[in-house]
Amino acid sequence: MAFYVVQFLTGLASAASLFLVASGLSIIFGVTRIVNFAHGAFYMIGAYIAFTLTERFSGAFGFWGGVVVAALAVALIGVLVEMVLLRRIYHAPELFQLLGTFGLTLMVEDLVVLIWGPDDLVGRRAPGFRGAVDFFGQNIPSYDLFLIVLSPVVLGILWLLFQRTRWGVLVRAATQDRDMVAALGVNQKWLFTSVFAVGVFLAALGGALQIPRDAVHHAMDLRIIVDVFVVVVIGGLGSIVGAFVAAVLVSELNAFGILIFPKISIILVFLVMAVVLIVRPWGLFGKPEAAARKTPGLTVNPWRPLTSNERLAALATLVIAAMLPLFAGNYALTVGSEIAIFVIFAVSLHFLMSVGGLASFGHAAYFGLGAYGVAFLAKMAGLPMIVCLLLGPLLGCMGAAVFGFFAVQLSGVYFAMLTLAFAQIVWSIAFQWVSVTGGDNGILGVWPASWAASPSHFYWLALGVAALVTIALRIAVFSPFGYALRATRDSLLRSEAVGINAKRIQWTAFVIAGTTAGIGGALFAYLKGSVFPDNLGISLSVDALVMVLLGGVETVSGGVVGAIVYKALNIWLVSQTDLSKMVLGGFIVLIVVVFPKGIVGMLELLAQRRKKSSPPGSSLLAKPIESAE
Amino acid sequence: MSVAPPLLAVEGLTKSYGGIHAVRGVSFSLRAGEILALIGPNGAGKSTCFDMLNGQNKPDTGHVRLLGEETTAKKPREIWRMGVGRTFQITATFATMTVRENVQVALISHGKQLFNLWGSAPNVDRGEAGRLLELVGMGGYADRPCGELAYGDLKRLELAVALANEPKLLLMDEPTAGMAPRERVELMRLTAQIAREKSIGVLFTEHDMDVVFEHADRIIVLNRGTLIAEGSPAEVRGNPQVQAIYLGEGLLYEAGHREGASA
Repeated sequence: MAFYVVQFLTGLASAASLFLVASGLSIIFGVTRIVNFAHGAFYMIGAYIAFTLTERFSGAFGFWGGVVVAALAVALIGVLVEMVLLRRIYHAPELFQLLGTFGLTLMVEDLVVLIWGPDDLVGRRAPGFRGAVDFFGQNIPSYDLFLIVLSPVVLGILWLLFQRTRWGVLVRAATQDRDMVAALGVNQKWLFTSVFAVGVFLAALGGALQIPRDAVHHAMDLRIIVDVFVVVVIGGLGSIVGAFVAAVLVSELNAFGILIFPKISIILVFLVMAVVLIVRPWGLFGKPEAAARKTPGLTVNPWRPLTSNERLAALATLVIAAMLPLFAGNYALTVGSEIAIFVIFAVSLHFLMSVGGLASFGHAAYFGLGAYGVAFLAKMAGLPMIVCLLLGPLLGCMGAAVFGFFAVQLSGVYFAMLTLAFAQIVWSIAFQWVSVTGGDNGILGVWPASWAASPSHFYWLALGVAALVTIALRIAVFSPFGYALRATRDSLLRSEAVGINAKRIQWTAFVIAGTTAGIGGALFAYLKGSVFPDNLGISLSVDALVMVLLGGVETVSGGVVGAIVYKALNIWLVSQTDLSKMVLGGFIVLIVVVFPKGIVGMLELLAQRRKKSSPPGSSLLAKPIESAE
Repeated sequence: MSVAPPLLAVEGLTKSYGGIHAVRGVSFSLRAGEILALIGPNGAGKSTCFDMLNGQNKPDTGHVRLLGEETTAKKPREIWRMGVGRTFQITATFATMTVRENVQVALISHGKQLFNLWGSAPNVDRGEAGRLLELVGMGGYADRPCGELAYGDLKRLELAVALANEPKLLLMDEPTAGMAPRERVELMRLTAQIAREKSIGVLFTEHDMDVVFEHADRIIVLNRGTLIAEGSPAEVRGNPQVQAIYLGEGLLYEAGHREGASA
């Protein structure tokens, strides 16, 4: 019995950091409507700075002072970020906000390695809380007890701040109707900045307080942000009490899940999240959002199928691409195969995002599932390559069917967070379930059959499949289903009023996109000869998002162009610099702020400007993307 | 009363929010080809009533029947499948698609082709879409992006979309709100003409009394959630209670003002 009590208390202690970070995210979202992906990064910087300060200054004052100063310093960084970056994207579609802050996260990851090095740093114990308390023969670290007391105290302070101060009243008012608050003469800029600073302070404090419990390392940002997303989805975005309750719930589920399913404890959290989403889609303490904002900006230029000339041009490009083995070496062909596979991956997400308006932040899950599907079939069942290629993607299809069912119940940022959480769950299973997936060591020796083994043959295979997939999805865009999907994206109200079951349509699109991604993953497994958890990791999901955005989210063929340019750039970049995340992150921020229409979008714009002599249409187009508020 | 059930039969519809009775025991019916206006001052319960007819909102008690079939618990899309077209007070259209594509989506849905992944949608029901657009006078706009249309044209497009499933009943929530006076008359004249030709029943809410008295066959008047009058335009115009609400607004306002309560 005592053991379970101790386990419960450990869970409560873990909830403290989670609550601090999640409440910060919730407060920021409530007022600015931005889901701050960089929140995990601020948590991490908080931990690193606190580590440095507590190492430098000894004694109780050094430790506690260091923790608070670290959080304040990070809050200051947050203010800078808000003023320089976020103020530029408050009116952008939420997808761009998520991506912009994600770009920031990538930059920070490289930055902390640059400053503090790649190794785990083990911090000091907290002065006054070094020992452990004996509880019927079980030890409880006294620092855990401190954390258990801390979270309700912080909750209380936040409550007082919001209920009893003028600033709190303004924040609550802005959470309900920020336009009205602005109309009443409140300086919105500084309100937003101060709210962001408070949110970031809480995140950094959560990171700093984590030092005595856990090592500081440069991947802790993604780990916490996924947990935090799960917490706010369960608790309800924008609700601090919800963040508290859900943080405790998730931490306890983790603490006891380890006892029940030691290998795949994360399943338990997923099940609870799924139940909450079915019963209360907006979280335990959340309120239903007003109709979700549209993800892509409004295209004034309607989509149309290719003309016969354009078809010929596309065919000619394909023929030229197919002639690559005549003059290129093996390395170039392998790169070419990888690019072709990423074209498949990008067009699959593009279909979901551009046509369906559903921005999945965890699309790599289905890519990776396709890869694992192939690896299982080839290594365990020993099936021939062609059978594996046909059946492997079905794992991606099944994953998309299960997760997609829940994901399409939500929209907008909730959809993005949920897909990300699902992807992370799949990743955790691949990582933790060593006996089946090989864990971190992956599954090796997935080699192609002799007919596809040579680089040129494999290149032709990948290119051919990529061409088929692209054509098939283009046909789907201009099929009755594609029209219906665009209809649900443009107006849920109207599509329901003309008899369209929007969720079914969106679910179908999700499954199509997931299966297609699985096809890419299946080829990828054979290209690399192995499968690793990274094949379904977050960074791959984000690669897909960047490819789509780079190509142009409002276009029909942006995915193809985006994938080719991005992947070529990426492969080249990785060979040139050690700071690839820094460059990539900077690149993402740049796209979001100055280049939101992507390459194909820009080309269309130029072509249209040349064609149209009358400026009204083009001046409308030339405006930066703004949400249709 | 005839033996055949009326096109639309509403019985004892009631809805309250907290302690506020938005709609109390409203009953009325509508025949095929009849144009019925639902009027009443702001806050009378028109919108709540309307939303319960089209499935956006569920009544606490009461029934809505379409040709004898219960629609009360059905979703908007199911009610549409039973032959009810609707237009919104604030137009809802597919903004990134062309005018023709907007109508085609409705036709695709009507033809149960929604999950057809292979066909060429630009060619699906192209002729029928063109005919519907001609019918509402939008034939020349078929290839225009819907997002570029003027508001009055959007309203006409909505009418074309609403007609796509060959409806038996049209529900129009303030069809002429936000339109210029001349456009209002044109749109309602068009609606009335189509309704009589195709024998479609029309129920509409409206603030503009000129539009109501000119085009409605029959009028029902809601006030504070209850039906206070029903009859031909002439009867309703002569009803003292209705006059008190509409024509006597100024007096009521003054009276309410003096007592410190709102009218």
